[in-house]
Amino acid sequence: MHMGAVDWGILALYLAFVLVIGVLAARRTKSGTDFFLAGRSIPAWVCGLAFISANLGAQEVIGMGASGAKYGIATAHFYWVGAIPAMVFVGVFMMPFYYGSKARSAPEYLRMRFDEKTRTLNALTFALMTIISSGVSMYAMAKLIQTLHVFDVPFERLGLPQAWIFHLAILTSAAVVLVYIYMGGLRGAIYNEVLQFFLIVAGFAPLVWLGLRQVGGWHGLQTTLGPSYTQAWAGMAHASTNRLGVDWFGLVMGLGFVLSFGYWCTDFLIVQRAMAADSMTSARRTPLIAAGVKMFFPFLVILPGLIALALTAAPDRPGAHAPASAGAVATIAQHEPGVIPIKMDSSTGKPMLDAKGHPQLDYDLATPNLLLRYFPTGMLGVGLTALLASFMSGMAGNVTAFNTVWTYDIYQAHIRPEASDAHYLMVGRLATAIGILLSVASAYLASQFNNIMDLIQLIMAFVNAPVFATFLLGMFWKRTTGHGAFVGLATGTIVAALHHGLTLPVDALVGAKGGWIMVMHSYPSEMAQNFWTAIWAWSACFVVTIAVSLVTKPHDEAQLAGLVYSLTPKIGGDKGPWYGNPVILGAIVLAVTVALNLIFR
Amino acid sequence: MTFDVRWPIGLLFLAIGVLVAGAGLFGAQPAGPNIDLGWGGAMIVFGTVMVALAALARRARERRE
Repeated sequence: MHMGAVDWGILALYLAFVLVIGVLAARRTKSGTDFFLAGRSIPAWVCGLAFISANLGAQEVIGMGASGAKYGIATAHFYWVGAIPAMVFVGVFMMPFYYGSKARSAPEYLRMRFDEKTRTLNALTFALMTIISSGVSMYAMAKLIQTLHVFDVPFERLGLPQAWIFHLAILTSAAVVLVYIYMGGLRGAIYNEVLQFFLIVAGFAPLVWLGLRQVGGWHGLQTTLGPSYTQAWAGMAHASTNRLGVDWFGLVMGLGFVLSFGYWCTDFLIVQRAMAADSMTSARRTPLIAAGVKMFFPFLVILPGLIALALTAAPDRPGAHAPASAGAVATIAQHEPGVIPIKMDSSTGKPMLDAKGHPQLDYDLATPNLLLRYFPTGMLGVGLTALLASFMSGMAGNVTAFNTVWTYDIYQAHIRPEASDAHYLMVGRLATAIGILLSVASAYLASQFNNIMDLIQLIMAFVNAPVFATFLLGMFWKRTTGHGAFVGLATGTIVAALHHGLTLPVDALVGAKGGWIMVMHSYPSEMAQNFWTAIWAWSACFVVTIAVSLVTKPHDEAQLAGLVYSLTPKIGGDKGPWYGNPVILGAIVLAVTVALNLIFR
Repeated sequence: MTFDVRWPIGLLFLAIGVLVAGAGLFGAQPAGPNIDLGWGGAMIVFGTVMVALAALARRARERRE
């Protein structure tokens, strides 16, 4: 499928609107507060949708489709277990301290609550993480555009080499994101994220509808793929009886508690969107509105993966039973090409084989290939624009978080403490440009290594998992001290590294996957190892922070008002209707999530 | 001066909706439902609602001032 004039028109319209929003936002960006915090003036529904979009990068749209095809509907655990409860928690319990403290960033909260060294440790690891993940997001996008061959024809006509598609994709998206954030700051990013949110829904909802028609609806999927793909909780009692290779305890503690709370409750990329809200109530509603929408995202991003697998396993025969193993499906795909292609080794040109000698499927192409196959010209433009929008929103989220943390938590804290607001605004704009340049550099670095994705996962587990213990103790235990937080955080990160160095998933090679010290324990799957790394890191940080706090001098309680739960006056009766009350909203969201789990158990 | 994000969202959806529905009316379509026409129409409706909401909000603001 190649792009027609209409598709090009849609893509061009989108790019034009993105830039116009940047220009409009720039007209209201005059101070540091405008640039870094969108003037704390954004309504809750806008913040809530931006909250979703900022996280909706390449890893999510492509990755969740790929996981859907690989693991089945159990991938929804990443939402119903691994996101919604944490989003409700941050809205109901933590936002009063983030928003109420007037901190301009998550690391700055750590400075107010603890001390400079804890903030700096968190700011540095966080800044590094944003650059790498925005680079990898960019790399994944450029690689995908190249693989889909949608731009091949125009490049041929212009006489340009095909390799330039990759460069042009990276440079164009970097330039567009640079323009709208440089000009409009966080406001430009947030307004665009809302636009991107609606485009992503508009591009993927009809894909799911068309796909479900092809496979005979949800019941067709159930008969074709069987319960191991279509029941989220089947076989979760033991790691060996489900596709994820994780048992329920590892899932609930590792993903549901440590990783999910570490990401949704402390990652500044996410929290920054709520800090931009126009009032405390709006800030608390932001993650709750986001959760209310996000819990239905599995149907939008995971279902395409399942549909693609069904169409690969039983092409043109809706309702037929598919072979139960992925390897057997791949053997079918070799003879009768379906939606998901066989993964090829780019150096030898031969199919890549798994441990049992079966060819492997290239799951990352599940969603994009479904889009190319079933969308006619017109919708194809909308679908590709939705993909591009998701890449840009993920990248922009990282860039706005980076420029704020760099300017306030590193530059102002250590390099030039007392400069004018205009000076920091200028530094923030420069940091935007430098952050994007570094992202481009790390995108090219990613293209040099084939296991860069594993490293990202690793850094996330090392950085996000322990820091949730720091924030949790900081907000809810007044006795926690700065020394305790710092030593705990450092220990948590070291324990994560040690655990990774001492364990290995079965069938994996020693190295980036673990076991680089010695292999003391082997896990049934990579996911299980990842979850347990997080559990160990969090527990170490939690225990060490408490132990060190108890032997160090407590902070003066008068200075902790507004920063710690027991020393902050309760937020008095929210004005407005009952359905706007964050606690009631949170309860509704949780009840619906439980219902979804029961329906798809 | 306030800026309502519903304006650009509504206008972009209207424009894309017209293009997609146009492709559905005049372009070659595969067998089965005409997804271009149906979804293009849905995007036009959504865009119109967004623009209308933004316009109503502006009028309400002007009346208050």
